[in-house]
Amino acid sequence: MKKQGSDGNPAPAMPALPEPLKDLKIKYTKIFINNEWHDSISGKKFEVFNPATEEKICEVEEGDKADVDEAVKAARKAFELGSTWRTMDASERGRLLNKLADLVERDRLILATMETIDGGKLFSTAYLMDLGACIKTLRYCAGWADKIHGRTVPMDGNFFTFTRHEPIGVCGQIIPWNFPLVMFIWKIAPALCCGNTVVVKPAEQTPLSALYMGSLIKEAGFPPGVVNIVPGFGPTAGAAISHHMDIDKVAFTGSTEVGKLVKEAAGKSNLKRVTLELGGKSPNIIFADADLDAAVEFAHIGLFYHQGQCCIAGSRIFVEEPIYDEFVRRSIERAKKYTLGDPLKPGVQQGPQIDKEQFKKILELIESGKKEGAKLECGGGPWGDKGYFIQPTVFSNVTDDMRIAKEEIFGPVQQIMKFKTTDEVIKRANNTTYGLAAAVFTKDIDKALTFAAALQAGTVWVNCYSALSAQCPFGGFKMSGNGREL
Amino acid sequence: MAALNGAVENGQPDKKVPSLPRPLRSLEVKYTKIFINNEWHESTSGKKFPTYNPSTLEKICDIEEGDKPDVDNAVEAAKAAFQRGSPWRQMDAPSRGRLLHKLADLLERDRVILATLETMDTGKPFLQAYFIDLEGCIKTLRYYAGWADKIQGRTIPVDENFVCFTRHEPMGVCGAITPWNFPLLMLVWKMAPALCCGNTLVIKPAEQTPLTSLYIGSLIKEVGFPPGVVNIVPGYGPTAGAAISTHDNIDKIAFTGSTKVGKLIKEAASKSNLKRVTLELGGKNPCIVCADADLDLAVECAHQGVFFNQGQCCTAASRVFVEEQIYPEFVKRSVEFAKKRLVGDPFDARTEQGPQIDQKQFDKILELIESGKKEGAKLECGGLAIEDRGLFIKPTVFSEVTDNMRIAKEEIFGPVQPIMKFKSIEEVIRRANSIEYGLTAAVFTKNLDRALTLASALQSGTVWINCYNALYAQAPFGGFKMSGNGRELGEYALAEYTEVKTVTIKLSQKSP
Repeated sequence: MKKQGSDGNPAPAMPALPEPLKDLKIKYTKIFINNEWHDSISGKKFEVFNPATEEKICEVEEGDKADVDEAVKAARKAFELGSTWRTMDASERGRLLNKLADLVERDRLILATMETIDGGKLFSTAYLMDLGACIKTLRYCAGWADKIHGRTVPMDGNFFTFTRHEPIGVCGQIIPWNFPLVMFIWKIAPALCCGNTVVVKPAEQTPLSALYMGSLIKEAGFPPGVVNIVPGFGPTAGAAISHHMDIDKVAFTGSTEVGKLVKEAAGKSNLKRVTLELGGKSPNIIFADADLDAAVEFAHIGLFYHQGQCCIAGSRIFVEEPIYDEFVRRSIERAKKYTLGDPLKPGVQQGPQIDKEQFKKILELIESGKKEGAKLECGGGPWGDKGYFIQPTVFSNVTDDMRIAKEEIFGPVQQIMKFKTTDEVIKRANNTTYGLAAAVFTKDIDKALTFAAALQAGTVWVNCYSALSAQCPFGGFKMSGNGREL
Repeated sequence: MAALNGAVENGQPDKKVPSLPRPLRSLEVKYTKIFINNEWHESTSGKKFPTYNPSTLEKICDIEEGDKPDVDNAVEAAKAAFQRGSPWRQMDAPSRGRLLHKLADLLERDRVILATLETMDTGKPFLQAYFIDLEGCIKTLRYYAGWADKIQGRTIPVDENFVCFTRHEPMGVCGAITPWNFPLLMLVWKMAPALCCGNTLVIKPAEQTPLTSLYIGSLIKEVGFPPGVVNIVPGYGPTAGAAISTHDNIDKIAFTGSTKVGKLIKEAASKSNLKRVTLELGGKNPCIVCADADLDLAVECAHQGVFFNQGQCCTAASRVFVEEQIYPEFVKRSVEFAKKRLVGDPFDARTEQGPQIDQKQFDKILELIESGKKEGAKLECGGLAIEDRGLFIKPTVFSEVTDNMRIAKEEIFGPVQPIMKFKSIEEVIRRANSIEYGLTAAVFTKNLDRALTLASALQSGTVWINCYNALYAQAPFGGFKMSGNGRELGEYALAEYTEVKTVTIKLSQKSP
């Protein structure tokens, strides 16, 4: 299933899937500032775990406000007028981004193995999808570097006027744990393309691939201070970024709850510009005239991909009454076919949830579903005796007032509801403070385009789900975010 | 050396200046045939034509001579490669970009070979071919590689119950006729945007200089462009060139060359199938030096501006207007520069000027020089050929030139610098604009007001301020008036290689 567009072209073809690296050595565990590796100023470290085994992978230097301050100083210096980065030709910035893409391609196996061990992601997905997307996004943004155009404007009076699209400055970027490397690239690629410098805080659950990128950024030849990486926790390092008086812009991907705190901090500090990619409770609307097999498959992957830990998860599936029962039946069949296990192993289709906190929250929401009267069709509890595994779970007869229909679960729990008319489902689909994505399955062009206009979502998919590509803008309406990425 | 297309030092991390490259002595010319469907073919007629080294006047080799039947075969291949469902049409846009990047990589790999071939074929100094022509080629390819997946249409809010959007589709089979002054660079200026937008090509390189264009055919194949996407038919203008401009199955033609031939092409396009036309033609470019200019800078830029590439540039600064007060000093320094200019073997690293391209150009330049003498311009230096044999002309400076002289009106395309006097800005604007050309112009002044006034007033596709020949892949280039139609380079070139389709869909009720 395509998440970020496979090629299927003469050049280049989808790579064959190799075996993950055995005994991957974690080389980079420190704070990356000015192209150098530093211990934390406090001396503290924090532990990073493999969610499939609950075992510790390694310790990483724990950055806090003091380290963020050092990183910002370095980023500010690299952004000074007359610096190497500021005087570099735009086309040369593009060359560096392409070079970085080459290096990611070279080390694809290392990064995919790392992402699997750190994030509980299926190795095949990490290698083919996540890494594929990283490389493509870097190359896409590389091409834009020398095409950031302003305009000339015919003003009244004796004036010659033109606009310049200048880099914002030092950008703070806070990255989530569900697609650590992809989200890292979605942020640094456009930022660097436009000539900014960055201070990145990867999620505390998944810092490893970001730190490895530090080594590639140095190898590619980015000047010191252009990219700085400070691993640490949200309330400390993250807050230091969102409150910082010398950071010009903060970009955050994560929960709506924390997104609000980031925007508030930006307002309270220096009015730094804010972009947010937050949560979703995305509606997936299936009409009776849809290709049912395709709809079932897309709805399934649209929810269960990466253990349900996607902001775009299609977690409210509205099925038109006439085909409801058949849809539910086929969805259960599809969900039951799963092999859970160590995501490094071939043949595993579902890995663990990221940590205990998420694990408990998902189980709690499953219980609420049972209590509030939804019909549990399959799954409904944990799996295995080690690691944060949850059985693929399907609820039918879900109504809009249930918690599982309103709150973002971020787990392998699929809600299937019934609808009668177009107007009704538009109202229900829009009846949420979220607005990230939506989909409609129908063969009727009229319906398709009506929904495309009517749904309050940043992306509307017609007869597909999760179709993302570096060329297409992505972001949320309402409380699913501010601004657009890609 | 005038920077034509970007810095020499490509941001190397260790900041070491690379040592000068050396040309390949005894380079074997491998590619002399017609390139169609990624294969090499002999001409249908069996004819060949010779290509010469203008420095030595010796024949380099024979090339298959393409004519109408060969052009027909090329067009058939290009058309098939453009069919709905073909590998090229099905290819994702970013993959097209990757192929262009890889082509740039191969040009980098074979840079010395290509620069050597270019020098052999054109007589341009080897170091200029290496650092300017090849640099421009590589950067232009990489620039357009980046655009491939960013050819965006728009959604448009129309009245009533419709959804409306545009698609920017490739035009189809594009004919490209390229000149002999920058053979490979002018080819890349056409090929890169054409391929970036998804078109297929039939190229006719100049008969004087086919070698580098044919070599690039081998690289196109090596990179993995599908067969038929790029086809190259060497031959002559009146035969192969005319076959392209009149062809009913070519959707667009791009031509760089003289204004005289440009008009024929546009006429042929109209008479045949209304194929879209872009033209990069001649120029008689004003270079305006105000009294407050940085005089050293102005002298050097004006000098390089006219003498670069043996004067064989459409952008040649061939009417230098100098404000009265500084006129004698400007002429004196320009003559000094011209006298110092090293003319000789283009493979010698010290050479700044090589031979003219062929006897026809050589004769035309000398004839115009004679007209300058006859019509009363003051010959300050040069004014004749260098030896009895060979196509080398001494760098020539004329002063006291007036607007009615032939050397002030006709494109010379040789190492001849006419310098005229002016009194006021209004006057020089009028005189600069008084001809049918309008390709480039340059202004030397420190005064912001004057610079911007001139920039607005001059009827030229490019206006340079306190510089000359500053050409970069990002900035559009093309002519006003009879210097051309349309633009190459920059985002603007994309419009020349795409056809806009509007899609309008009716809805049963109005959507917001």
